[in-house]
Amino acid sequence: MTIKAQSAKLIADIKAMATEPFKLMEVCGSHTVAIAKSGIRELLPPNIRLVSGPGCPVCVTDNSDIDRFLSLAQQPGLIIATFGDMIRVPGTVTNLQNIRAGGADVRVVYSTLDALEIARQNPEKQVVFLGIGFETTIPTVAVSVEIAARENLSNYSVLAMHKLVPPVLEVLVMDPELGIDAFINPGHVCSVLGTEPFEFIAKQYGKPSVIAGFEPLDILQTIWMLLKQRTEGRSEVEIEYTRVVKTAGNPKAREYMDKYFTVVDARWRGIGVIPQSGLKLRPEYSQFDAEAKFTLPQPVETNIPGCQCGDILKGRLLPPDCALFGKACTPLQPIGPCMVSSEGSCAAFYRYRGRSYNA
Amino acid sequence: MCLAIPGKVILTTEHTAEVDLMGNRRKVNIDLVADEVKPGDYLLIHAGYAIEKVDEEIALETLALFEEALEKSDY
Ligand code: SF4
Repeated sequence: MTIKAQSAKLIADIKAMATEPFKLMEVCGSHTVAIAKSGIRELLPPNIRLVSGPGCPVCVTDNSDIDRFLSLAQQPGLIIATFGDMIRVPGTVTNLQNIRAGGADVRVVYSTLDALEIARQNPEKQVVFLGIGFETTIPTVAVSVEIAARENLSNYSVLAMHKLVPPVLEVLVMDPELGIDAFINPGHVCSVLGTEPFEFIAKQYGKPSVIAGFEPLDILQTIWMLLKQRTEGRSEVEIEYTRVVKTAGNPKAREYMDKYFTVVDARWRGIGVIPQSGLKLRPEYSQFDAEAKFTLPQPVETNIPGCQCGDILKGRLLPPDCALFGKACTPLQPIGPCMVSSEGSCAAFYRYRGRSYNA
Repeated sequence: MCLAIPGKVILTTEHTAEVDLMGNRRKVNIDLVADEVKPGDYLLIHAGYAIEKVDEEIALETLALFEEALEKSDY
């Protein structure tokens, strides 16, 4: 069967099963993009509502953290290495791009391996990697610290702003106001974590969840599996993305995370502090911890006036519900991070809005 | 940001592998993969690191999905 025939069959089955309202949340920015791009929302029966969760690591980074690294970037003798998504994310008064235009040394890297290379080539400078990301990315940052330790690269450090997916899911699943019936779990995060950290969604809260791949067909198949669980009165963590995700995840990657990082409370944009939801470097590795090496300003809570990213990240609103969406706030003139990051809900909606506006 | 794509291993050294990533040759770190990595294996690559070894059949299926999806971008 071709992709088209398979999707047509799945959509027909989904329509037949969607007898009652069913609200699904996807918790991965790559899913947000795949859904917006493929137009899946408008192919689904109206009973099925797809909302986006806090699945874009850039978007959930709090304004106070952004202001802190912007201040760090302005210290002399320092090179900031960052994934490209962070470059235009606005803090309270500026962003990395503007600071770079003003003379700061800010470099976009594809990998922490590139950041290490910058450190090797610039021994007289301090290189700070901005550690943004979930469980897919965190093990790669852990390996970079191991390499730095092995090579005695004393000028490499990480500003760890990493976040963990299961604790934020718990906040969302507990919130009765959000009324989420089932979850589309993030495929590559689960390739590291496996199914166990997601069991509570079914066991404690009685809600189905399915670990999904990233093709439109994966997402349709996932929605079908979630509906099937509901129809059969089951709630489990199932894997749709079996071609990558194993039940046990990747234990070696988790070992790396545990060896170099320790769990701390973390502030999520628009959601607030979630206990035990972030990772910082362990004290043993403080020579690679930018927070220990440099003087950073205390985090100050600020809000971007009018920006509804917080409610969008919780699936309470869809981007077009924000009064600034597409007017004051566009990808060229973004007001909030959900419009800057290519995986942010607002950017994904804006880019493909022709198809997704009526969601 | 959590996206990962499969690449085919061309050669390996202690911590790295050179892979063919959709036609481009790239050096990736393999420390996160528990199994032994050999030329011909398929690895799932995220931000310069292999995060998982995948079966050849499955990798080819995934790549075919990518390609079919690319061709039918009117999907
Ligand atoms: S449209 Fe812009 S201002 Fe509104 S929520 Fe999205 S990012 Fe924030």
